[in-house]
Amino acid sequence: MAYALLLILAKVVVVLIVLMTTVAYAVWLERKVVARIQSRWGPYLVGPHGLLQPVADGLKIFFKEDFVPSEVDRVVFWLAPFLAFSLALLSIAVIPFGESITIAGETIRFQIADLNVGLLFILAVTSLGVYGVALAGWSSNSKYPLLGGLRSSAQMISYELSLGLGLMGVVMLTSTLSLREIVEGQRDLWNIIRQPVGFLIYFTAAVAETNRVPFDLPEGESELVGGFHTEYSSLKFAMFFMAEYANIVTVSCLATLMFFGGWLGPIFGPPLLRALLPVFWFCLKVFCFLFVYIWIRGTLPRFRYDQLMAFGWKFLLPVGLLNVMITGLILALRSS
Amino acid sequence: MVPLAHILALSVILFGLGVAGFIVRRNIITIFMCIELMLNAVNLAFIGFARYLGNLDGQIFVFFVIVVAAAEAAVGLAIIIAVQRNRESLSIDDLDSMKL
Amino acid sequence: MVALFYIFAAVAILAGLSVVLLRTPVYSALSLIVVLCSLAVVYLLLGAEFLAVVQVIVYAGAIMVLFVLVIMLLNAHREEPTDRSRLARILGAPLLVVFLGEVLYAIWRQFPPEQTTAAPPADAGPRAIGELLFRNYVLPFELTSILILVAVLGAVVLAKKQI
Repeated sequence: MAYALLLILAKVVVVLIVLMTTVAYAVWLERKVVARIQSRWGPYLVGPHGLLQPVADGLKIFFKEDFVPSEVDRVVFWLAPFLAFSLALLSIAVIPFGESITIAGETIRFQIADLNVGLLFILAVTSLGVYGVALAGWSSNSKYPLLGGLRSSAQMISYELSLGLGLMGVVMLTSTLSLREIVEGQRDLWNIIRQPVGFLIYFTAAVAETNRVPFDLPEGESELVGGFHTEYSSLKFAMFFMAEYANIVTVSCLATLMFFGGWLGPIFGPPLLRALLPVFWFCLKVFCFLFVYIWIRGTLPRFRYDQLMAFGWKFLLPVGLLNVMITGLILALRSS
Repeated sequence: MVPLAHILALSVILFGLGVAGFIVRRNIITIFMCIELMLNAVNLAFIGFARYLGNLDGQIFVFFVIVVAAAEAAVGLAIIIAVQRNRESLSIDDLDSMKL
Repeated sequence: MVALFYIFAAVAILAGLSVVLLRTPVYSALSLIVVLCSLAVVYLLLGAEFLAVVQVIVYAGAIMVLFVLVIMLLNAHREEPTDRSRLARILGAPLLVVFLGEVLYAIWRQFPPEQTTAAPPADAGPRAIGELLFRNYVLPFELTSILILVAVLGAVVLAKKQI
């Protein structure tokens, strides 16, 4: 019992460290890639090719003055960034990174918690993530954050539906909600080929859920000052920032698990390499998704808010429902 | 395993709190939230019984209670918005135009 | 494992008290979210895993977001204490305690804690619930979908500025 607890604790520490480093270097990657798209260099001076820039940024944010406006609702003002950050970190708990390895007779899975409703757990945490944004906007007691917060929460709950519907096609095909089994079911054929429309719906909804361009009007710099995080500074702002990137990592992980075969890929070599290669394939695929996210950010313009909501409700949701119905029809015909 | 009596006790206490809040509070939205508290207490009782009778029908009932609560919350909040727009007030003390 | 039930039951009761006693609507809403999440954990402990997650997704993640958005939209302020009835204030809390005590006594008589043993846990995963829902209870299922449609239409009509 104590051994199992210690193992889980060790896994949690390792995953958190890796996640935090990924988030920090995702920021670096974004600045570099967007800069190259815009024909400039990006971070260059701090460390070789700006690789120490995240460290410099972290130190800067840590030492900034923590400014709290006078009329804010203190409890909620403090609560919102912690809520956003902790929920963003929570969904990593059910994501499997690779096959199980056997060390000294003990089988260790590359997953912190193997729930048999793992997919629903991630959707639940995404649903709760709306609160961080809404409460931040409200507690700031100022018009830009309130507007940004309301818009952002309305957008997030609208696209949650399409997010779930895009994934339902895969769930119907594999008839399980456990993430590990969904990946196991892709050994012969990746789900992207069986559910292309589902993937497109899921990916569009995921970009909207994480408030990224082209759906980032609620926090658009030129429209709403800073949106819901205008009044936040220093550590609390950093928490929102990291929460956003952690959410991006989570939805990228989910996309690779559900549609691109997770950790499945060519396995070769000595046993140690065999154990680590699945994790490498998984990380490679997640990295590709991060790159696509940043690529889209550097390329596409922003949706207007009413266009955004109309797109979510009048196009994405019906297409999602149609996808589920057609998948169901094909499954029913196949089994009869 | 937790005795059924303890589960029902938790359910009854939450229900009692919901009823008390429903009667005492003046703000319409808070009253509505106390109604949701009562519904959740009932859900807990259903799931407790589903566990102790080994029958999943209790859980199906909870499923439907959640769905109905969602529909009721949507319509109720729309009514509250309409009331606020007409009366400029969210206190039920101000909704007394049908009193004798 | 069993201790977790009591811990989360205590959290639920404390949060329930906060819903009733706190004066600011936003704090009441946040306390209600805490109640919903701790009840979700209790459902998990009672073997209702699918319902626990549905509770968080639908109840805590959608219905309560609706509440919080409406509170923010309508700018609900702190509630001032009214001075309506002194009788209610004196008799209220004791009467509530007496009422709860009666019900608890009746429950203790009917289901004595030592005698009631749990049936072996039925498989309550999504598959089992899905089978029940789409075989025995398909008619209520379809009716609730019509109910949701009516609720959506009703909410849109009621909240519009002009029809």
